[in-house]
Amino acid sequence: MVHLVYFSSTSENTHRFVAKLGVDAQRIGLRASDPHLRVDRPYVLVVPTYGGGNGAGAVPKQVIRFLNDPGNRAHLLGVIAAGNTNFGTAYCIAGDIIARKCGVPHLYSFELMGTPDDVEAVREGLRSLWQRQFSPTPA
Amino acid sequence: MTQKLTLLRGVQAINWNRLEDDKDLEVWDRLTGNFWLPEKVPLSNDIPSWRTLKPHEQLMTTRVFTGLTMLDTIQGTVGAVSLIPDAITPHEEAVYTNIAFMESVHAKSYSSIFSTLISTAEIDDAFRWSEENEHLQRKAQIVLDFYYGDDPEKRKVASTMLESFLFYSGFYAPMYWSSHAKLTNTADLIRLIIRDEAVHGYYIGYKYQQALKEADAARRDELKDYTFELLYELYDNEESYTEDLYDPLGLTEDVKTFLRYNANKALMNLGYEPLFPKTATTVSPAILAALSPNADENHDFFSGSGSSYVMGKAVNTEDADWDF
Repeated sequence: MVHLVYFSSTSENTHRFVAKLGVDAQRIGLRASDPHLRVDRPYVLVVPTYGGGNGAGAVPKQVIRFLNDPGNRAHLLGVIAAGNTNFGTAYCIAGDIIARKCGVPHLYSFELMGTPDDVEAVREGLRSLWQRQFSPTPA
Repeated sequence: MTQKLTLLRGVQAINWNRLEDDKDLEVWDRLTGNFWLPEKVPLSNDIPSWRTLKPHEQLMTTRVFTGLTMLDTIQGTVGAVSLIPDAITPHEEAVYTNIAFMESVHAKSYSSIFSTLISTAEIDDAFRWSEENEHLQRKAQIVLDFYYGDDPEKRKVASTMLESFLFYSGFYAPMYWSSHAKLTNTADLIRLIIRDEAVHGYYIGYKYQQALKEADAARRDELKDYTFELLYELYDNEESYTEDLYDPLGLTEDVKTFLRYNANKALMNLGYEPLFPKTATTVSPAILAALSPNADENHDFFSGSGSSYVMGKAVNTEDADWDF
């Protein structure tokens, strides 16, 4: 079954997008005092892009802490990034950084909390990704 | 305007080591990290390119920049300042002072463009046009009425509309020229402004949503209705303003698509679902690429050929590995 892990700040933009997808999802804690999240099955990561100048600080610290756990990295299938085209070359760059760092595809980019078309595309894309990855190969 | 802006009462020394809302510091850091001045952009390199524009193209461009100057002036001297007395936290007040100053930098940067590219007489003509253009004056009046009004949340909505929607009839022009490899240094400067406005719209919209959390259902409905009515009113006016500027170049319909795309983003900054459908908001690829080269790349692996994904080998990561 499709599984997501996501981070969202108090703006709740990414949270809203994930909620609209209506799939199984776990949220990475916002505060350093929140318990460390451990994921033990394949998932796609959804993250907002921070910063917006030179790309520094683009990946939220909470997401870095989560991915510094080798167990969490091992189950990462791909990343979906949120951003704003106003940030030019830094648009959704968190997705590029994580994809490069973890050797997974940057699956999709969307702006702010996503349009209905984004929700539809990602829902369908995740469904077929899971089918391809986890359906038994026909003999 | 004869109304006097209400000044903040009960000021306390600001303690940045006691945050009530972490978003205040996050946005402050982002804004100060993005700080820039127009003197850093080599605008004079655009002089040869400017001379290749036809007279009506030059006229549209100068008028666009006076219109943008007008909006940035409003936002710097009234809009952002008017939000200070409504602020919930002292750090929010400080962020608005940063926004106000940066809007004044933006307003001044258009004067840098003018003094580089055109004569004093042409500059004066362009400013006169902006004072006489009814649609520009109307858009200024609509937002100013809410800035001087007595509803803090409506003020935030009007401010977010200005930051995230009303600028874009103007921003289109430098993106258009950039996509034709013209006025590229001017476009670089405008991209810095566009980046700042994104943070401003995001933050003011965020504070609006925080205020909504405290409101009852009737108030939330009232503000939602108000937001959409204001958007329609402003959009109607933007259409007319766009026609005034871009009809001579035959670009009006393309600009309107860009307006609707940004209107949707203004609504999202306020926490509302986008209004215009994809068919009405698909910005031409050249303009989108001028805005963000990354948006042009196809990150939609989902709609790709369906080939199986190659799982890369994950490398060990530590904090020091990341782009901080």
